Amino acid sequence: MRVGVYVCHCGGNISETVDVHEVASFAEGQPDVVFVQDYSHMCSETGQKMILDGIRDNRLDKVVVAACSPQFHEKTFMAAVENAGLSPYVLEIANIREQCAWPHFDSPDAATDKAKDLVGMAIAKARLDESLAKRTMPIGKRVLVVGGGIAGIQASLDLGDAGFKVYLVEKEPTIGGKMTKLSRTFPTEDCAACILSPKMADVPSNPNIELLTYTEIEDIKGYLGNYEVTVVRKPTYVDQGKCTACNRCSEVCPVKVPDMLEEGLASRKAIYLASPIAVPHAYVLDSQACLGLFPLACERCLEVCEPGAIDYDQKPQTLTFTVDTIIVATGYDIFDAREKKVYGMGRLKNVITALDLERMIVHAAEGNPLRPMGKRIAFIQCVGSRDEQVGNEHCSRVCCMYATKLSQLLKRSDPKRDVYVFYTDLRAYGKGFEEYYKRAQRTGVKFVRGRVAEVNGDSSGDKVTLKVEDTLTRRIIESEFDLVVLSVGLRPSRGSKEIAGILKLGEGADGFLQEAHPKFRPVDTLTDGVFICGCAQGPKDIPDTVAQASAASSRAIRLMNRGRYDIAPVIAFVHEHLCDGCGICVDHCPAGALVLSQTVSVNEAVCSGCGSCIASCPTGALDMHCYTNDQLLEQIRASLAGKREGEARVLVFADDQTTYRLADNFGTGKLSYSPDVRIFRVPSGSRITPRLMLQAFELGADGVFIGESEEKSSPFAHSVAAIKQNVAAVRAILEERNIDPDRVRFSEFVTVMLTAFVNQMNSLVEFVRAAGPIPDGEREMLTARLTEQRQQEAV
Amino acid sequence: MTDKIVISEENEEFLAKVSEISGQVITLCDQCGTCSGGCPMVTEMDLTPSQMMRMVQMGQREVLDSKAIWYCASCFTCTVRCPRGLDLSKVAEALRQITLRRAVDYIDINNFPKDDLARLPQIALVAGMRKFTG
Repeated sequence: MRVGVYVCHCGGNISETVDVHEVASFAEGQPDVVFVQDYSHMCSETGQKMILDGIRDNRLDKVVVAACSPQFHEKTFMAAVENAGLSPYVLEIANIREQCAWPHFDSPDAATDKAKDLVGMAIAKARLDESLAKRTMPIGKRVLVVGGGIAGIQASLDLGDAGFKVYLVEKEPTIGGKMTKLSRTFPTEDCAACILSPKMADVPSNPNIELLTYTEIEDIKGYLGNYEVTVVRKPTYVDQGKCTACNRCSEVCPVKVPDMLEEGLASRKAIYLASPIAVPHAYVLDSQACLGLFPLACERCLEVCEPGAIDYDQKPQTLTFTVDTIIVATGYDIFDAREKKVYGMGRLKNVITALDLERMIVHAAEGNPLRPMGKRIAFIQCVGSRDEQVGNEHCSRVCCMYATKLSQLLKRSDPKRDVYVFYTDLRAYGKGFEEYYKRAQRTGVKFVRGRVAEVNGDSSGDKVTLKVEDTLTRRIIESEFDLVVLSVGLRPSRGSKEIAGILKLGEGADGFLQEAHPKFRPVDTLTDGVFICGCAQGPKDIPDTVAQASAASSRAIRLMNRGRYDIAPVIAFVHEHLCDGCGICVDHCPAGALVLSQTVSVNEAVCSGCGSCIASCPTGALDMHCYTNDQLLEQIRASLAGKREGEARVLVFADDQTTYRLADNFGTGKLSYSPDVRIFRVPSGSRITPRLMLQAFELGADGVFIGESEEKSSPFAHSVAAIKQNVAAVRAILEERNIDPDRVRFSEFVTVMLTAFVNQMNSLVEFVRAAGPIPDGEREMLTARLTEQRQQEAV
Repeated sequence: MTDKIVISEENEEFLAKVSEISGQVITLCDQCGTCSGGCPMVTEMDLTPSQMMRMVQMGQREVLDSKAIWYCASCFTCTVRCPRGLDLSKVAEALRQITLRRAVDYIDINNFPKDDLARLPQIALVAGMRKFTG
């Protein structure tokens, strides 16, 4: 075996704190290390060439790079190793920038000692690295798009045009989403229906798009390249192929209910067309509103339907199909203004929402006003946005401009109207927005800086009075208006919550779906092959939504177009000679990847690589590529090799997705934490078996900390439960030996919990320091006790 | 004439002190005016509640000379409505505390003519001394 070690200075970022030469000479003394080199920028082309040449000239078969976090340049160095003809998986990275130079900038000696340990750990692991081949999986060209609003339509059209098979699922009877309700769009004042309806019509005419309206997602199972989708088509009781949308059924229908397209300001019949521009353009029978289908109570629609499209016997239909990727475009719900009681929505008839006004303007423009709008009109901004009192802290981003637009449409239809916009801050950030705001000011709309405190009505209910401070003059305004329009904000939709539950997608603090990275992966999620776009991800206007939808479809195409995708070989495997076929592990696999015949085998396409099965095996037959039991044990040994008399060592096993990145972020922020901590990168905390934890104590660790992504955002199902079980088992054994069980700790994290993470690490270090060293005698035979327990359980 | 605000270290100290006593992160106030619009005493005040918050943010000690902080009845209307979750009643109380802690006597009993002392009800004297202290 011939190991090569490269130490990067990172242009001073590392070398100004860590003594890179000392680290290099430490590496030279390690077993099997035949070549050591240090350089200012290992990630540069020159640096990569040094790796290539080093491997060729010295016949290296294992490579260690001590540099920045693997999240930055692991791929770069893997490619360099691969170019030299080695397996990319014989590369190990020692993260001496984020974990040494940066967090311990104030104690260079400790940083150098830690760097040596990290390099020692990487060498120990590299020596046991297997020369694994890159694995690929087949992937097809089928996409599920959830939600048929403008985001879902755009994504479906992009994918359909590119030749991908699209299943577009929409729960309402028509696609088009919220945009179908709008009058005009800011800042250009295009007619919303006029620009939307051709796009909607393109959907059913695209041969690659299968449109499933009035359909709900029931379940989605599987993984990238093999998502099994179950949907339920609700019965419309109208044969959509036969319906000619002649409206006769609706004319004779005796039932009137509030029309939610009109925000309840008008009524519709029980059999109705969901929108004048509905796609599919067919009537729907609302069985909740109908006088009765079983037993049949009326039948008038059937009698007048010439094409014979009415079918009272339709039943909900369950469909299943398989897709390769999924785009979630589940949009938003508007804030229910009744929750903001001081504004009188629902109590005062002249208080309406902006969406009500959209519908009123549409109808007024058609010469068919739904109700009078009055002369003095006030807009109240930030209703349900930026308001802790209703639990929504976010800015909804569109309200400033839609209120400005509505003010313009009101002024245009009657220039004598007085329009006041009461705002907290006016945010005209987008292209053409500031100019549009200026135009509104020119037309005489008064923008008043003050958030309205309350709205009161008189006894007749005709006049409404606002109380608000003009914060720029510090005077209190108390004035009557004919109409008060609440600029309601956007909140996560019910549909988004449901799909997040099914696909286990993360949610941000505001409840909108969480993207994989706020800057560089804005439409990806942490679930492979699942993308988000539009207002499901956060409030945004139409052009931003369309841009994101196109981005999501292009990200999906990027995965599917090659027909195969690479997967890391980080999956479980079985030491067959140790497996006795007991099958205990099968139930412990959350992905269902373990198959029992004589012995257990791993379905490599299904294994998600969490490692939680390994702890369940009584004979130690299960193991995991890239993180084998032997590798982790040797890494643990190396992490403790530099421990001096009187020093404490806390080993932190950090899941790659969250905890490891938290540590990186802490380093990036140059925020210091105890240098007694050694951080291990593992795919999931559940990979660390009780045996490994006990081995750590046997070898000299003073504390063990397991960090895992919070359950709902973890890429691995049930990993948290598995860790809790493992930790409990270890604690029980420590307690038997009078070792404080609190030396083993576990916590769930999300990527924003920077301080929480570091406080917990530091608190464990302080705890083990206060508790003092574990007497050597107590450390022995811990794993033997575990084996004994396991044997007893088996009996 | 328009008064200038000179921003100095003293302004920061004043803000820090009011923040500490009130326990409120006063810099969170985004001056929306919800407090002032709903304040039942605002018409009596020489400063609106949001103006009081602004002056504290900017460290203007003149806020202590305002009548508004004494008119605040601690009815908590502003507190339950503040979109940033700030407790303005506590800020007003902090400002009153700062004044009270100076413990300045504005009436000296020795300066009262004897006749007045004889005529005035005792309760009025006690109330007056309390009111004009601080």
